[in-house]
Amino acid sequence: MAIQSATSEEGAVGTATDSRGRLVTSDGTPLRRALERANRRRKLTALALVAPLLAFILIFFAFPIAQMMWRSVDNPQIVNALPRTLVALEDWNGQGVPDEPVFAALHADMMEDLDRPRREQAIGPLGIRLNYELSAARSAISRTARNVPDFDAPYRDAFTDAHRLWGQPELWQIIKREGRPLTLSYYVAALDREYDAEGNIVKRPENRQIYVSLFGRTLALSLAITAMTFLLGFPIAYYLSTLPMRYANLLMIAVLLPFWTSLLVRTSAWIVLLQQQGVINNALVGMGFINDDGRFSLIYNQTGTIIAMTHILLPFMVLPLYSVMRTIPPTYLRAAKSLGATPWTAFRRVYFPQTLPGIGAGGVLVFIISIGYYITPALVSGQSGRMISNEIARHIQQSLNWGLAAALGTMLLVGVLVLYWLYNRLVGTDSLKFG
Amino acid sequence: MSMPAYYTTKDKIWHYTFRVLCYAIFFFLLAPILIMIPLSFNAQPFFTFTREMLTLNPDGYSLRWYRDFLGSESWMRSIRNSFGIGIAATIVSTTLGTLAALGLSRSEMPAKGLIMGILISPMIVPLIISAAGMFFFFSSINIAQTYLGVVLAHAALGTPFVVITVTATLVGFDQSLIRAAANLGASPTRTFFKITMPLILPGVVSGALFAFITSFDEIVVVLFVAGVEQRTIPREMWSGIREDISPTILAVATILVMISIALLTVVELLRRRGERLRGVTPH
Repeated sequence: MAIQSATSEEGAVGTATDSRGRLVTSDGTPLRRALERANRRRKLTALALVAPLLAFILIFFAFPIAQMMWRSVDNPQIVNALPRTLVALEDWNGQGVPDEPVFAALHADMMEDLDRPRREQAIGPLGIRLNYELSAARSAISRTARNVPDFDAPYRDAFTDAHRLWGQPELWQIIKREGRPLTLSYYVAALDREYDAEGNIVKRPENRQIYVSLFGRTLALSLAITAMTFLLGFPIAYYLSTLPMRYANLLMIAVLLPFWTSLLVRTSAWIVLLQQQGVINNALVGMGFINDDGRFSLIYNQTGTIIAMTHILLPFMVLPLYSVMRTIPPTYLRAAKSLGATPWTAFRRVYFPQTLPGIGAGGVLVFIISIGYYITPALVSGQSGRMISNEIARHIQQSLNWGLAAALGTMLLVGVLVLYWLYNRLVGTDSLKFG
Repeated sequence: MSMPAYYTTKDKIWHYTFRVLCYAIFFFLLAPILIMIPLSFNAQPFFTFTREMLTLNPDGYSLRWYRDFLGSESWMRSIRNSFGIGIAATIVSTTLGTLAALGLSRSEMPAKGLIMGILISPMIVPLIISAAGMFFFFSSINIAQTYLGVVLAHAALGTPFVVITVTATLVGFDQSLIRAAANLGASPTRTFFKITMPLILPGVVSGALFAFITSFDEIVVVLFVAGVEQRTIPREMWSGIREDISPTILAVATILVMISIALLTVVELLRRRGERLRGVTPH
């Protein structure tokens, strides 16, 4: 029985043929159909094995990220809170303060909101939303909302008396521009731009430009860290690859132990070493190289970030380099030398080009990891070594501007995915190995 | 790297310079981690060597930071949390990951590249973005600040490692063994437990170890998704570094380094066993 089912599943070739001369299996079905059925079943089995994990990742990983990216354009607050006002604003030309009908609509919208149960009220979110665009808007909205039941016509005067902001065209321009379910304003802010009075996108004043230079600094720091890991990783990967396996495995512990040690442990180690009263400064003072006032500030700045992150990411450079270098036959170098090349030429022309796949793999890996790194910069960077991920975390946890956090996060994610695609083209995911 | 007889003086100088350079880099890698071990026995609340410590005076050393650690309710809770969450997340990610790897290494698997891409994405997406996404989503379905939320998040982050290590083990797997088992009358389930599982076990175990380490060492998602009740060891260290800097974190760090050394040994032994079993000889 078992033998039969096994053979029919494999679609074993029999010698029997049917009336039209086609090959058939032992139970008489045409071979082609039996094969197709068997293949379909095997395909379904394979899919069924993958399905649970795929569903799990889609629900608990991919969907949350898609939802977060959606936040960067999602803009329901004004539409929800001020439906009548937005209709009335359609006739407004964008110049000066709108006329009485708009204020009457605004009054109606705000009155209706007061009747709703507390958790469905839309005026609170409206104030928060408008505050991202205009910093006094939140208090204007909440103060007006408290007094709105006492307002009488003409509403225009009542509103402008309640808060001066209602008499400013700027607020109305924002309400009209952002009174749509989707917005680009978070991306505009994330690129250090803003809308001017005519609704054009212009650069922000110099002193309020943050994010573009932060992205630039993140890229520069990541490049510096990648370069440092290459400079330190290449020699030891080469040295390890020339050693007999027994010694190489032993020395490999020096690379693998940091790799396996908790990130927080390594970060706190650098804090211990680098701070003003830390081991390195104390040793330098103790040995008389510097005096007590001349202690180096090695941490809570970019230096600290680069040193600590180079140490943390170095294994990610050494491991791919080492695995590539192991496969380069040492005979090539000897051949080059015996043909008259100097050691430097032999290295440059024969050995180095063969290590390029490893350099590419390690370099992109280190770069991808460092560009989105959060913990180490948050602990050792101070102001000057902050990276983009710190700013994303700040907007989620402190300033609560989730749309802006989502826009910054989406830009970072797209950047990383492009780099990863590049990495994949360069080396293929199969070469990812650990330990 | 033995030195050939034909080396000139210049070659010899370079040979030694290069070695010194390499050992300096190895020192750079190891020293920061190892230096915490003696510092954790400091009798003073400093992060540096005191005069007594340098003169090897026994008074300079003490176990007070270890006592502090063992006597602290929040540290003890973080240990329970780290192991509990780590083990639960590892079970989820190892089970799902191993099944998926078995499916992915079948030749009939459709859309392999795309599915593999989705499955390993938790490894590629920057943690801050995963954490932010999970923070919003878990809050909306009311599992933020619960153990369930942290376990699910860590399980998702750990699966790529299981998928990759088990898939790699299956590359050297002889598919004709499965056919032989079926031929001899074994059911697919029996074949899996009697034939496949023992052979891919090293891959599964090292995948599980990676998943565990990922959870054990994870902090970004914990910062966003976990509440005070779910604080893990890295989360306590984070507070320790940011808020009250005391050498207790050095004692914890020393213990963690010991754990990593133990894990490193286990993985190395597993790797050797796997190579032996699959007949791949180390060269």
